[in-house]
Amino acid sequence: MTIPEIQKKIEEGLPGCKVEILDPYRDGVHIKAVVTYSGFAGKGLIEQHRLVYATLKDELKEEIHALALETRSE
Amino acid sequence: MEQELKDKIESLIKSENVFLFMKGTPEMPQCGFSAGVVSTLKQLGIPFGSFNVLSDMKIREGIKEYTNWPTIPQLYIKGEFVGGHDIAVQMAQSGELLKKVG
Repeated sequence: MTIPEIQKKIEEGLPGCKVEILDPYRDGVHIKAVVTYSGFAGKGLIEQHRLVYATLKDELKEEIHALALETRSE
Repeated sequence: MEQELKDKIESLIKSENVFLFMKGTPEMPQCGFSAGVVSTLKQLGIPFGSFNVLSDMKIREGIKEYTNWPTIPQLYIKGEFVGGHDIAVQMAQSGELLKKVG
């Protein structure tokens, strides 16, 4: 799974969100997604992360080894 | 989820005030995120119990289902799921983690 594919999955799953993918080690594996989504407003961190994870449900089972998350509501 | 597995997970979670499901041990973490939570807890001087999910495939898969959270590490405080690596680190930085431990 490539970084653009991960980005697309999150964007499709959370309509109107903004996704920035960082690859700090430049290895394409230990990536971080910074997701800004109005739907996060009023939700706790656990729920915000669960919403992002839900968009990558199948990928997280096998393909994605590590995904760091930062979520913002605006 | 079978009752026996659920009971085992619950007894682990409740065995300590702060409990971490991780890959590897606090002395020798086997994943960067697990290592990150361990060092966060140690820096704050928070004592914790831990379970190495790499030693038990049933717990490794079971804990994901139990908490509805797809990744490990998973941190629990007073029997309540707090989050994974990113949330733990964020809460440590804001002071919220220490407050929660009480």
